[in-house]
Amino acid sequence: MTSAAGLAAQFAELILAVLLAPMLTGWVNQCRAWLQNRSGPGVLQPYRMLLKLFRKEVVLAHNASPLFRIAPYVIFACLALSAAIVPTLSTDLPLNAAADAIALVGLLALARMFISLAGMDVGTAFGSLGARREMMVGFLAEPALLMVLFTASLISHSTSLATIVGTLAKNEFVIYPSLAFAGVAFTMVSLAENARIPVDNPATHLELTMIHEAMVLEYSGRHLAMIEWAASLKLFVYSCMGLALFVPFGIAEGGDSAGILLALPVLAAKLAVGGALLALIETLSAKMRIFRAPEFLGIAFLVAVLAMLVRVLLES
Amino acid sequence: MTFASLGLQIERLEGVAPAWRARVGAAAWRECAEQLAAKGARLAALWACDERDRAGGARVLALYASAEGLLCLDLAVSDPPWVFPDLSDLFPCAGRMQRAAHDLNGVRAVAHSGAAPDARPWLRHAGWPANRHPLARDFDAGAQFAPTGERYAFVPVEGEGVHEIPVGPVHAGIIEPGHFRFSVVGEHVLRLEERLGYTHKGIEKRFEALGLLGGAKLAGRVSGDSTVAYAWAYAMALEGMAGIAPPPRAAWLRALLLERERIANHLGDLGYLGNDGGLAFGLAQFSRLKEDVLRLNERLFGSRYLMDRVIPGGVACDVDAAGADLLHAQGTVLAEELRTMRRIYEDHSGLQDRFIACGRLAPELAARLGVVGLPARASGIAIDARIEPGLAPYDRLEPRIAMLKNGDVAARVDVRFEEAFESLRLVGHILAALREEPAGGTAVELRLPPAGAFGLGWVEGWRGEVFVALEAGPDGSVRRCHPHDPSWQNWPAIEHAIIGNIVPDFPLINKSFNLSYSGQDL
Repeated sequence: MTSAAGLAAQFAELILAVLLAPMLTGWVNQCRAWLQNRSGPGVLQPYRMLLKLFRKEVVLAHNASPLFRIAPYVIFACLALSAAIVPTLSTDLPLNAAADAIALVGLLALARMFISLAGMDVGTAFGSLGARREMMVGFLAEPALLMVLFTASLISHSTSLATIVGTLAKNEFVIYPSLAFAGVAFTMVSLAENARIPVDNPATHLELTMIHEAMVLEYSGRHLAMIEWAASLKLFVYSCMGLALFVPFGIAEGGDSAGILLALPVLAAKLAVGGALLALIETLSAKMRIFRAPEFLGIAFLVAVLAMLVRVLLES
Repeated sequence: MTFASLGLQIERLEGVAPAWRARVGAAAWRECAEQLAAKGARLAALWACDERDRAGGARVLALYASAEGLLCLDLAVSDPPWVFPDLSDLFPCAGRMQRAAHDLNGVRAVAHSGAAPDARPWLRHAGWPANRHPLARDFDAGAQFAPTGERYAFVPVEGEGVHEIPVGPVHAGIIEPGHFRFSVVGEHVLRLEERLGYTHKGIEKRFEALGLLGGAKLAGRVSGDSTVAYAWAYAMALEGMAGIAPPPRAAWLRALLLERERIANHLGDLGYLGNDGGLAFGLAQFSRLKEDVLRLNERLFGSRYLMDRVIPGGVACDVDAAGADLLHAQGTVLAEELRTMRRIYEDHSGLQDRFIACGRLAPELAARLGVVGLPARASGIAIDARIEPGLAPYDRLEPRIAMLKNGDVAARVDVRFEEAFESLRLVGHILAALREEPAGGTAVELRLPPAGAFGLGWVEGWRGEVFVALEAGPDGSVRRCHPHDPSWQNWPAIEHAIIGNIVPDFPLINKSFNLSYSGQDL
């Protein structure tokens, strides 16, 4: 049963995510610049970057396979679809019936698989090096992310994100200790998954230390633009997922069209605060040695399991 | 007396640097090297000079440094096949210098017994044919050659799961070109081999075209970040040959410029070390501090990096009372800010986790490799030309050496902090001395030295000791000029410091040494 309002909300959410995601990246970079006493390039810089890349010609390696060419589009599509699943403005999302939290994790994994394959495709040392590191981070981060989502599912008895958000948003005055643990674990996983400090450094020019950047070194032009855009979308998706799970207030209930209009400024405010906090974490931390990343993600997993135990033992 | 006991006929060279020269035969060349190695002297530089227009053949020169001073051994290589006894078993740093001497002059080091030394080219990147030598006097500097397409034989590492990561010479960031070949298992580095020489631009050949006076300007451009050190070393060599001494005020001003250069470079390095550890805040802060230093340089001396301020005969700038006040005020502010930044770096657990025990160069290994300058002091080796020999005006400044024993990145960071503080202190003393010193002449007229005059310059730049060996030709021409950067000695140390570390730590280790490409590629 799909309502016209639901379809509209779904569509609005998708467009919003795709259009606003670069601005969130720009905002985080701007905050970082301010925190480092620099003036910064402004929040619109990622758009200028994308425009520049779309106008540039694509330089392909001679031995690049078709996979190398289609990967940017597949990755972008995966992330765009993920953005459509996470409730940002309204919980009345037709796609939610088709894909739940586990499907979301699967979509993110699919994008990761393609970017890793593309990294290895041309056969340069850096591509494989980055892909290898990305898989290491990914396979440690995914279980922790699933545990976080399971904790939230246990509270709302559903793995559908819309139901989770609906349940959590309604029980305004109940405090869940389990969600506090889950929040910590989710923050750690998000830092690792989005190639942020302390796991990876999105601003580095040192090819030997790169994870995400090493995989995309061979990309140029519109392909690189799609990948950069997808990376912005990923940050947006994770931010919205965090907001949906831990501060779900202000998201419109099903069919409430006035609520959607109100949800937009609320979302913008929440993202602005979240982005500023991310910039703060990044400014205060140094990058870890790469072999600290398993410890870091191991702790994230442990905390996520604790969250679930707290939920099962104390709250039910 | 290390040098006198060698049983050579040694001749004191003119100039402020305590330096001697002796002509030796092939047997004495090797014997002296063995004795000097046993007595703890270090090989400071090795180069060759074409002599076919005079005695025939070529000469190979080795410069040794010890507590006593410098000793330059001069070996004539007159007969084909132009070989001389290898020194790389006694002094590992000789290996690359000997390979460069072969590329440029065609003289080949040959082992007396045991292992044959490395015969691969070092500076010659197939840019000229193997049988042509750019420093031969009949070599046309403007000649163009088709690339010969030779391949460089890297040392292969074999074993289960070992693979190679080639990095550079084109990097993802804007840095100087160098190629690094890692043999790794997973993230662990088994072996690193450096391939440098991408910025070879024929500086030594160019000196010969410019002449003694024009060469001063070029000396300041051998390695742009050490322009004061090179210009001073060149001026020291030339003044010694000409038998003149710069006015005392010029000596103070030279020290002032050298310490300002050291401060600016250490500030820049400290920022980049933080940034490579992922703490961009450090880079932003230190860049700001360095920029303040550079801007005041521009304002008072007319050059941000102090280029062409040291000239043969003296200096091309002076500081008045108002300028001294500005320098003094900046020093006070800088010391305070530096203390704050040091506290932030030392209290930052994430950054310290990256620095400590990373890229360790043990004191014994550093001594064996003949490491000099800042990395040597971080590995417990007390070498600082400002203290020993302590040439004027450092004899009146008594600089304190900054020395640590750990030899890791953290030690090299700490030595930078210590030296920056010490340089700020020295600047204060220099400014006080300049106030006492009567204003007036900052340079004396230069006389051209006679043909065949030979001089040495020895200055502790911010990386380590910089040498310039200069030989005059007739009518103010340069017969041979060899500028020597401490990077020659220190580059091989990085190959050892990285072993057992992980690949992503290499940029940090490399930055903690921060060696010159241009200065060693010449």
